[in-house]
Amino acid sequence: MISAPFDYVRANTLDEALALLAQNEDAKILAGGHSLIPAMKLRLAMPPLLVDIGRIKDLSYIREDHGQIQIGAMTTHYQIESSDLLKKICPLLPECAGHIGDVQVRNKGTIGGSVAHSDPSGDWPAAIIALNAELVAVSKNGERLVKADDFFVDLMTTALEAGEILREIRINKSNDRTGQAYAKMHHPASGFAVVGVAANLTLDRNGGCEKASIGITGVSSKAYRALAVESALTGSALDEQKIANAAAHAADGVDINGDLFASEDYRRHLAQVFTKRAIAAATERAG
Amino acid sequence: MAAKYVGKRIKRTEDPRLIKGLAHYVDDVRLPDTLHVAFVRSIYAHARITSIDVTEALKAPGVVAVYTGKDIATTVGPVPCAAALPDLKIPDYRVLATGKALFVGHPIAAVVATDRYLARDAADLISVDYEELPVAVDVEASAKGGPVIHEQFGSNIAYTLTSGEGDIEAALKSADHIVTQRMVHQRLAPVAMEGRGVLARYFPGEEELTLWSSTQIPHLMRTQVALMIGLPENKLRVITPEVGGGFGSKLNVYAEEALLAWISIQLGKPVKWIESRRENMQATIHGRAQVGTVEVGCKNDGTITGLRYNVVADLGAYHQLLTPAIPTLTGLMLSGAYRIPAIQMNVTGVFTNKMSTDAYRGAGRPEATYVVERAMDIVAAELKIDPVEVRRKNFPAKTEFPFHTATGLDYDSGDYEAALDKALNLSGYAKLRAEQAKARAAGKLIGIGMSSYVEICALGPSQAMPAGGWESATVRIEPTGTVTVLTGASPHGQGQETSFAQIAADELGVDLNAVTVIHGDTAIVQYGIGTFGSRATAVGGTAVLIAIQKLKEKAAKIAAHVLRCEASSLAFEGGRYSRPSAAAASAVSEPDVAVGEAPAGALPEPDTEGRSTLTIQEIALIAHIAKELPPDTEPGLSATYFFEPKNFTFPFGTHICVVEIDKETGETKFLRYVAVDDCGKVINPLLVDGQIHGGIVQAIGQALYEEVVYDEQGQLVTGELMDYALPKASQMPWFELDRTETPSPVNPLGVKGVGEAGTIGATPAVVNAIVDALSPYGVKHLDMPARPEAVWKLITG
Ligand SMILES: Cc1cc2nc3c(=O)[nH]c(=O)nc-3n(C[C@H](O)[C@H](O)[C@H](O)COP(=O)(O)OP(=O)(O)OC[C@H]3O[C@@H](n4cnc5c(N)ncnc54)[C@H](O)[C@@H]3O)c2cc1C
Repeated sequence: MISAPFDYVRANTLDEALALLAQNEDAKILAGGHSLIPAMKLRLAMPPLLVDIGRIKDLSYIREDHGQIQIGAMTTHYQIESSDLLKKICPLLPECAGHIGDVQVRNKGTIGGSVAHSDPSGDWPAAIIALNAELVAVSKNGERLVKADDFFVDLMTTALEAGEILREIRINKSNDRTGQAYAKMHHPASGFAVVGVAANLTLDRNGGCEKASIGITGVSSKAYRALAVESALTGSALDEQKIANAAAHAADGVDINGDLFASEDYRRHLAQVFTKRAIAAATERAG
Repeated sequence: MAAKYVGKRIKRTEDPRLIKGLAHYVDDVRLPDTLHVAFVRSIYAHARITSIDVTEALKAPGVVAVYTGKDIATTVGPVPCAAALPDLKIPDYRVLATGKALFVGHPIAAVVATDRYLARDAADLISVDYEELPVAVDVEASAKGGPVIHEQFGSNIAYTLTSGEGDIEAALKSADHIVTQRMVHQRLAPVAMEGRGVLARYFPGEEELTLWSSTQIPHLMRTQVALMIGLPENKLRVITPEVGGGFGSKLNVYAEEALLAWISIQLGKPVKWIESRRENMQATIHGRAQVGTVEVGCKNDGTITGLRYNVVADLGAYHQLLTPAIPTLTGLMLSGAYRIPAIQMNVTGVFTNKMSTDAYRGAGRPEATYVVERAMDIVAAELKIDPVEVRRKNFPAKTEFPFHTATGLDYDSGDYEAALDKALNLSGYAKLRAEQAKARAAGKLIGIGMSSYVEICALGPSQAMPAGGWESATVRIEPTGTVTVLTGASPHGQGQETSFAQIAADELGVDLNAVTVIHGDTAIVQYGIGTFGSRATAVGGTAVLIAIQKLKEKAAKIAAHVLRCEASSLAFEGGRYSRPSAAAASAVSEPDVAVGEAPAGALPEPDTEGRSTLTIQEIALIAHIAKELPPDTEPGLSATYFFEPKNFTFPFGTHICVVEIDKETGETKFLRYVAVDDCGKVINPLLVDGQIHGGIVQAIGQALYEEVVYDEQGQLVTGELMDYALPKASQMPWFELDRTETPSPVNPLGVKGVGEAGTIGATPAVVNAIVDALSPYGVKHLDMPARPEAVWKLITG
């Protein structure tokens, strides 16, 4: 398990990192290294240059600014899991973080790395979609905002362009009638999501479902928004039957992965079960 | 023996260095000028190697040499198989593939370079041309026909063997019911945390070679590697530094060991190879891999009349050290904990295009226990009687030991009902069943499973072993009074540095800290067999005990001489010999030479004038100074003993497990896990609990998670720990442990062995619980691992 040879530079500033990326087309950003290094050891990835952004100041933070939650790309899973602020204003994030890997992984891996990697079984993409997050991409030419729905393009492919670094994740704060939940089946070997469903619901003043936002990972080549589930939920009060009916659409219209652990049929079924569970838990928390 | 230490929960003296990261594994041994080896391994399961081009690799930076099959074909002997079975087909297993590659991971070329990274990079520059051949993957199909792996044998069948006693046909005919079940014992990977590793250093001047290897059997390896590379055995030294787990996977002699030894001789430099996890999954032995059908005859009241097991064993492409012998252990243990008048096993060993199978924790016994314990539950279900009662009905009574089985064994001692009853009490079995009924009525899937196992340990009498079943020990008391124990067993994590010290300290009446246990260096330790088959304490520990008894005979003679009395009249207590008159007066007032109290740089002169007592440590000093010895007495104080056991030992116990199955997902969750194990006399309860814990974890791994999967092309699908599901602490239940203690009459310590019990006993308890949980759906059996999808399918029909 020895990687191919590569060069390594520790960038001191974002500009320096961007410049290095601009000069070296095949260079890769090194964040927590917990997806990239394993891939390199298997020689699935053989970047000639790693640009380490781990020591750049001000890429790791969790803050609230005018009703917006801002999370720096280098914030670790553990920092999110243990954030009292997030537990209060966006509990889906700490809950989701707690499902990632083990303690070591959570201490090294970053939200930015995970989102930029877009592993089809990674946990963050489901939450990012369910929270309607916006992602701040920066390059030599400046910054641009990408909506979560546009960010995950395909298997391990995102809207980030060559030379771009994901700098920040932004989430609008929700109101107090919002309930969130993450439900996951862990792969027994890797710990990644066989299925992971993030639900973010807002009820109206009568207890009806005003807004539903459901992100699902593990099921297909990339995380996706379960539009059919959302529309089946919106507009009426949520009871067990209503939730089950909506959840039945969890995998509508997606190409479902099948593997040794979970066939296509079983995964479809799991998507429905975990969607139901996530929605039920979110509904309860919203009420 | 005054038990100051034996029987106590003493913390492992090994642990501090392990916990602090101060232990030395093979990779921690760093020698100047070391060259590093990387392997090119077959990417196909079955292919003719039409050409190998190494030119680019030889030009790569740091590369010193590249070796392929043609270099070693006539210079390095084949990988050895020590198993002897009638008409066994033994293919020629060269250390690098010659002509054909027979499994994914089969070594084809070895690149030697000045560092590990350059070696690995250069390996990518070697181009191998293959002509792919049809593969034999499925073991049952390969037994019947299809592509033949070793053409010279005409088929893939390596051997067939029938074992057992009694008239099986008559026994089945006399039954009121016959139950039949096909069972798959899936292929498992041992996955020791430290993979294999070899460092070979040739001394051209001395013409000697030292081989550091992460192995369970340093002496057997020395003999085998010496033969393979044609070096006189006394010119080869094998050192086993710390070993990070073996589980049977290092009870072997591998191609890499002999090859590195040979390369070091060629190049006159140290060469090292440290296995990667991927290599570990591909090219370290696997375990289990049997597919069989059991037939059990029973009377209406549950009495078993006979058992037949027809099985094909997936051997892989070649024989490693014990590959074909493992299924024969299954045959030996098919009587389980029961009186079964007639037993027959018909086994067919089959070559497939996969890595060899061999001994993995339990080695053949888990398969037998699984067959028998699943069968007991199937009989119980067929007869609609409680699984407890079927078991109880067929147990031999404790007065029937030694108990002869129809597999040809004589179980040494046992009280199976006592362990069963203890487990029933501890679990609250009756209450559990009541709760289960309630939960079922509420639509929950709760299952209760049990397993009453017997296993075979302390391998074993030499008659039953391929290369000696004894074990050796040398015990010395050094001039300053410290005690050195050299054991031929080569513990690798089990804790014998602690438990053998406990035995020695008690027997010698010295402080535990005064004893050091040394193992794993063939230049220091007398020949030994090794640690496997839960034998180290029963056989090796006994050797320590008897060596000490021999040493004490001599010490007593010296004591008698110095104290001027008859040796037979001496009392020995608390490490002190006393003259008859002095024994009662107690010896506390006597000065003694305590360990470490001699002034720096000076060996104390024992002052023996007018003494009525002497410590054994003082006697050691007298024996070394050799001025006051009785006539015709050899100086020094040491003794060596090679212990040959008369029989195996047979630990047993009952495990009970309660699971809940998630109806929607098929996931299994543990509610309880109770284990009552009897491993004979317990030297250190902490070590025994640790062995039971680890054993159960690996058993649960087999029941729920683990499977080495090769696809139809013979590609290894589970090549990494991302895919191969090792059990994790977070998935484990709380273990509620208890024990009974039935001494073994086979050795003076009364110990049986515990290294594999958990792995043997627990798997069927878990599967029985799952099947019990699913019984409302008419489920009678389910193959392992019980993946959620498989369970879900049984629920949804
Ligand atoms: C044993 C183990 C178990 C795991 N279990 C889980 C799990 O259960 N769930 C889960 O979701 N994940 C799991 N992971 C993955 C883990 O969460 C990773 O940390 C994460 O996927 C990647 O984050 P990282 O910071 O380590 O990124 P890296 O590995 O450093 O980078 C990943 C990729 O993203 C790029 N990149 C990183 N940061 C940026 C950036 N700011 N801008 C642009 N590109 C960037 C890199 O160039 C690289 O291509 C596990 C990993 C391991 C080793």
